[in-house]
Amino acid sequence: MIFRNDFHPEAKYTPDEMQNIMQQWQTWMGGMAAKGQLANTGTRLGGDGKTIRPSNVVTNGPYAEIKEMITGVIVVKAGDIDEATEIAKGCPILNAGGNVEVRNIVPMGSN
Amino acid sequence: MQEKELIPQLYRTEFRKITAVLCRLFGIEHITIAEDIVGDTFLLAAETWGLKGVPANPAAWLYVVAKNKTRDFLKRSAIFNEKVSPEVQYSTDESHEIEVDLSATNINDSQLQMMFAICYPGIPPESQIGLSLRILCSFSIDEIADAFLTNKETINKRLYRAKEKLKQDQVKIEMPPDSEIGKRIENVLTTLYLLFNEGYYSSNRNTVLTKDLCLEAMRLTHMLTENESTNKPEVNALLALMCFHASRFEARVDKNGELILYEDQDISLWNKELIKQGEYFLNKAAHGDVLSRYHLEAAIAYWHTAERDSPEKWEKVLSLYNRLLMVEYSPIAALNRTYALAKVYGNETAIAEAEKLGLDDSHLYHILLGELYTNVDKQKAIGHFTIASKLTKTSADRNVIRKKIEKLKK
Amino acid sequence: MFQWEVIKFHPKNFKEMKEFAMIYRSETMGEIKLTPEGTMAVSKEWENWMGGIAAQNKLVSPGMRLGNEGRMVKPGNVVTNGPYAEIKEIIGGLSIFRAESIEEASEWAKTCPILNAGGNVEVRDIIQMNG
Repeated sequence: MIFRNDFHPEAKYTPDEMQNIMQQWQTWMGGMAAKGQLANTGTRLGGDGKTIRPSNVVTNGPYAEIKEMITGVIVVKAGDIDEATEIAKGCPILNAGGNVEVRNIVPMGSN
Repeated sequence: MQEKELIPQLYRTEFRKITAVLCRLFGIEHITIAEDIVGDTFLLAAETWGLKGVPANPAAWLYVVAKNKTRDFLKRSAIFNEKVSPEVQYSTDESHEIEVDLSATNINDSQLQMMFAICYPGIPPESQIGLSLRILCSFSIDEIADAFLTNKETINKRLYRAKEKLKQDQVKIEMPPDSEIGKRIENVLTTLYLLFNEGYYSSNRNTVLTKDLCLEAMRLTHMLTENESTNKPEVNALLALMCFHASRFEARVDKNGELILYEDQDISLWNKELIKQGEYFLNKAAHGDVLSRYHLEAAIAYWHTAERDSPEKWEKVLSLYNRLLMVEYSPIAALNRTYALAKVYGNETAIAEAEKLGLDDSHLYHILLGELYTNVDKQKAIGHFTIASKLTKTSADRNVIRKKIEKLKK
Repeated sequence: MFQWEVIKFHPKNFKEMKEFAMIYRSETMGEIKLTPEGTMAVSKEWENWMGGIAAQNKLVSPGMRLGNEGRMVKPGNVVTNGPYAEIKEIIGGLSIFRAESIEEASEWAKTCPILNAGGNVEVRDIIQMNG
């Protein structure tokens, strides 16, 4: 699952609201972990970024072709993509105006 | 004169066997007592054999003495007797002798169970390995210190703390349940791998091989494959790896005890039986969907025994090293990968990559660069070999390096 | 050839290194059919590229390759089929590295095979999560 939201989410929330959001994430992740659905604790991405394009073109900042940036990634175990999508509907980022992209993972070593 | 070599050799093979049996007999709380009894047995051997000559069956002599000392100890220590589990005391009507079972089966079983008891997740990995080396491999504290690049005091503390923790947590000396075995086996395999390598290339004694250590490592690993609950793919992969390496024992050292490099070895001296065995275990390992680092290393070793040189081999070996590094980094894999890179893409490419490795403190790094610069820049090659010679710890290495420098200077 | 494979325990002392993620994007490979040799050549490129970084002990995780199946979930339980499609490129995968700076990580990104396929690499710092 890939999570996307606005480029400067911190700007939108007060410290209390941030606490609340953190709480929601922990609850959601904890729930998945308890059911054995979490494959790992996930990766949260920060605000630093560089984008490298062919011919060594390097631009500063996260990938900016779109107005949203990726804020994090987690790996979830489910029977199929539809099952995973159901799980994604519970993601707190949706309450903050963000979205979730669900993708299948190709096992390493296969083509 | 003969006795002087015999006792260290016997210590190596028998200390751990008797200790494992006694540990299992006494329980996890009394490992040190077990060690002491066996230690005393060897001291007595050293004293007695010097005066009275070496007995006809030295190992049997040791076993008898160890049994006697154990019985004496148990008799003397009444409190101890209360704590020793009732099963241990096979008392008959005629005598209340405590049986110390030093049969081959019990020795095997005890060692296997001690292996798991020691590889207990509650003590840090380096302690598990340190304790294994001590109890299962007869390593001296000095030898263990060398393996960890640290000093005697640190090791003594570490082993003491580990034993205390095992005592505290009342770890039982028995086979772990199936649910835990996967995890516990990982640690055991690391220890066995270390043991094998310590024998294959000994850096703290100035001899190149201690075959016994390798054979013991193989024997212990083989023991795991013979037990259904421990017969996992990665165990077979590790055993395959060991077989492939061991197949070159005879070819690695010449009559003068000097190290012969891989590319100079006489292939006819490679042990075909061991290579076949390696292939057998590699096949057995190809079950299940987990590709452990041992699988990758065994595959690499397979390529080295199958062919001396061919473009396909080095491409395969490079690919395997890439994958190995992605699973787990090790400096040796990084260096070997760079060597394979040279074979596939040329020395210059490899040199550029080598310089990014950050391994300048390692003599192996400088040997690699010496090799890579050999047909590229003679002065640099000699420079690196010279640094390597200063950094290396063994005279065997220094000899090999010296020869390379001489060859370059011609 | 190093026939002496000595495993010595090196405590992993990393000076304050940080972790970075690389996100690979390219147009879907769906339309482009690679020959078996082509596929193997691309695999080899990736393996050599990542292996080279792994050899420096800077790879934390090879990460994952993402397939072509996708769903987008948006606020209000809106679900659409297909990967994220605001742009023509989709994310092909993600890996994690350790480096002293984002600049160091970006240097490696410059030799990433996805660039040969017309794709791009986004390098991002990772926020360490505790607990």
